[in-house]
Amino acid sequence: MSINILMPALSPTMTEGKLAKWHVKVGDTVKSGQVVCEIETDKATMEVEAVDEGKIGQILVEEGTEGVAVNAVIAVLLEEGETEVAKSAAPAAEKPAPKAEEKPAEKPASPAPATAPAPPPKPAAPAASSGGTRIFASPLAKRIAAEKGIDLAGLKGSGPNGRIVKVDVENAKPGAAPATSQAPKAAAKAPAPPAGGQPVFVAPGDSRVPHTSIRKVIARRMLESKQTVPHFYLTVDFEIDALLTARTAINIVVEKKGTKVSVNDMVIKACAKALRDHPECNASWTEDEMIQYGAVDISVAVATDRGLITPIVRNADMKGLAQISIEMKDLASRAKSGKLKLEEFQGGGFTISNLGMFGIRDFGAIINTPQAMILAVGAGEERVVVRKGEMVVRNIMSCTLAVDHRVVDGAMGAQFLQTLKAYIEQPAAMLA
Amino acid sequence: MAETSFDLIVVGGGPGGYVAAIRAAQLGLKTAVVEREHMGGICLNWGCIPTKALLRTSEVYGLIKHAEAYGLSVKDVSFDPKKIVERSRKVASQLSNGVSMLMKKNKITVFDGTAQLAGTDGAKRKVAVALKDRSNVTLTAKDVILATGARARQLPGLEADGKLVWSYKEAMVPPEFPKSLLVIGSGAIGIEFASFYRTMGAEVTVAEVMDRVLPVEDAEVSAFAKKAFEKQGMKILTSATVSNLKKGANNVTATITVGGKAQEITVDRVISAVGIVGNVENIGLEGTKVKVEKTHIVIDQWGFTGEPNVYAIGDVAGPPWLAHKAMHEGVLVVEKIAGVKGVHPMKTENIPGCTYCQPQVASIGLTEAAAKAKGLELKVGKFPFIGNGKAIALGEPEGFIKTIFDAKTGELLGAHMIGAEVTELIQGYSIAKTLETTEAELMATVFPHPTLSEMMHESVLAAYGRTLHI
Repeated sequence: MSINILMPALSPTMTEGKLAKWHVKVGDTVKSGQVVCEIETDKATMEVEAVDEGKIGQILVEEGTEGVAVNAVIAVLLEEGETEVAKSAAPAAEKPAPKAEEKPAEKPASPAPATAPAPPPKPAAPAASSGGTRIFASPLAKRIAAEKGIDLAGLKGSGPNGRIVKVDVENAKPGAAPATSQAPKAAAKAPAPPAGGQPVFVAPGDSRVPHTSIRKVIARRMLESKQTVPHFYLTVDFEIDALLTARTAINIVVEKKGTKVSVNDMVIKACAKALRDHPECNASWTEDEMIQYGAVDISVAVATDRGLITPIVRNADMKGLAQISIEMKDLASRAKSGKLKLEEFQGGGFTISNLGMFGIRDFGAIINTPQAMILAVGAGEERVVVRKGEMVVRNIMSCTLAVDHRVVDGAMGAQFLQTLKAYIEQPAAMLA
Repeated sequence: MAETSFDLIVVGGGPGGYVAAIRAAQLGLKTAVVEREHMGGICLNWGCIPTKALLRTSEVYGLIKHAEAYGLSVKDVSFDPKKIVERSRKVASQLSNGVSMLMKKNKITVFDGTAQLAGTDGAKRKVAVALKDRSNVTLTAKDVILATGARARQLPGLEADGKLVWSYKEAMVPPEFPKSLLVIGSGAIGIEFASFYRTMGAEVTVAEVMDRVLPVEDAEVSAFAKKAFEKQGMKILTSATVSNLKKGANNVTATITVGGKAQEITVDRVISAVGIVGNVENIGLEGTKVKVEKTHIVIDQWGFTGEPNVYAIGDVAGPPWLAHKAMHEGVLVVEKIAGVKGVHPMKTENIPGCTYCQPQVASIGLTEAAAKAKGLELKVGKFPFIGNGKAIALGEPEGFIKTIFDAKTGELLGAHMIGAEVTELIQGYSIAKTLETTEAELMATVFPHPTLSEMMHESVLAAYGRTLHI
């Protein structure tokens, strides 16, 4: 029986990709695990390994071909003893295959999404894996895996067509590293390597720290975002002297309410107001249509011991600064103790990530999909600037907006920043 | 001169052997079968098939006798043993001819004769065949599969003589039906004959050495079956040893000991159904690495015997002695030989078993006792025929379906059924087990109404306290 080598999906949203390079030619004998070709998407190049051994009987997609549909037959592997490709095995040229069955909405449902996706436009599909490709496993195997805390994506199925069955799960250890079985895997050897990278060598004295589920979710979501979302970046300097003055004035009042408004709280409010003014930026891309959100919900990145989490200030455009401040303190403290409710960190239309307190001047953040923008906020500091031909000292805060180009074009992003700048530099405008 | 060089030689043309040969031919192997008697083996000629023909007769006869219950009047019901047997033989020969046709169709060479392993010739195995026409021929092949089957076990003092004491073979072609009958052994073979002859009017006594009838079945099924048989007028003796058979001119007096007390009963005929032994003699095993234990060839999970390129399948390779097990083994061994990828060893717990007595019995997987012995926490469900609309309409309200789940994982560990047509139902659970479904999928499956199969659903629901119709 000849085996078809298929165009792999490198992410759940990938529908096509470029066949960058063949590492083998017709007639070559390949072993299971040997790299046969490289696939390219906008953000990444991945090596595709043979999952069976045999001889390359036919190469159906030439190197350098772009727009190869996921699951299209790209080559045919002959098993031992076979000499030619059965006609039926190769639906050759007919520019192949149903274009990826996976719609972006079918995001893998993850047990504890750490970062906060906006409400998915369509219901999330059940099961599935960190890779996004469907995993075939018997109901019993799934049940046992769930009980033992085994990630099915890390298992090689011994059932018909690689289906994962009871015995595979029983033989697996909890927390088994996802790597193997699926075709688009990145050179998996003993210590599971980083995707697309060199193998990790573990020397004596090195330690192996099992992934927490939050870490796995962060890894999967960040990788997915970086690989599938076309990011561009806009950096701007905000003069925040007026904002600091306003903050002092505000705090005289709100301190009586037992809170203290931070610069970040004011940035939340300003972003919310700007998003209300630019609804096209408060949006998500789906294959079929654009989703523009009615509410302005701001996700705020909070660092915790266990990893990054993004609780949400809902309807931030309609809330006062004191209210935002009180909510934010509560969300942050519960995020740190791991007591957030699901709905408190799932959803959101825009994210703010602030590393100013660490003295970071400026940085670019990864978009928290399926949102379209994330604002990376740097430290507010005194800088010498030129005003009316003279050098003066001003408090300056640099921010970089990362934008999903599918949703928002450069000029639109810039206009959003202009609006934001107006709110931050003249905070009284937020009262309007 | 006929061809003598092959890729594969299968010794024995029973269900294991002929299926193995067909699969081999499909995979492009040049294949020969050596069969000493008739294609289809015991199953088709002297086992499964002709007994089903007989049991169909007794089933119809039983129904006619109860015609009034269905609002029918039937008078002067009688039967002709000769015609009953004739029908059974016709069914068998029709199917045996069918198998011969399949051999032709698949270009498999059949040798009528007996075969013995005869060493090697270079890389090839040699098989010496003594043909029916008394000529001899030596065949060679890379691989040999032994599928020689089994025969009735003969206990000292209880040997079948073919006249007064029958084995399954004589019991299947009686010149006339006995008025009274002792059946020794209540496994599938014994109980099917007991059921047949009882329905046809004989006084039947069953003597079982174990403490219950159908001893391999779930204890609840055994208990239910015993009651049902007794209701039909069968005499059931369990924990009973038959120690002596005194043969008269046209009857036999048997000494049966139950609980230390000996009793004598006199019957027209005795059927000895005390198990089977493997056909391991005269097939050239001497001097090979093939190991025989308790009359059966020892094999690994791929049917390999330890002797290079020699495999064994079916009854000769050990229990369960079931045609479908032999067929499945035949396929997997051939695929392994041919290098097919993804071949899996057989899972014994996924092999269903069927007994065609009245009421029918079918089962798969672990009995409740066996599951408990494994220390598993169980969910057990039971649903009676009396709660099923179709069963009532059929006039078959007796029986039940029992399912056993692992409480922790929801794995279907076993299913046990007794009642009308359960032998046709059990495959549903076989599929469930092969696909590794849990109770959730079985509960979510839509069973058609009105059918007996609804009880399969209800039994699963019952295991989780959710049964609807009782």
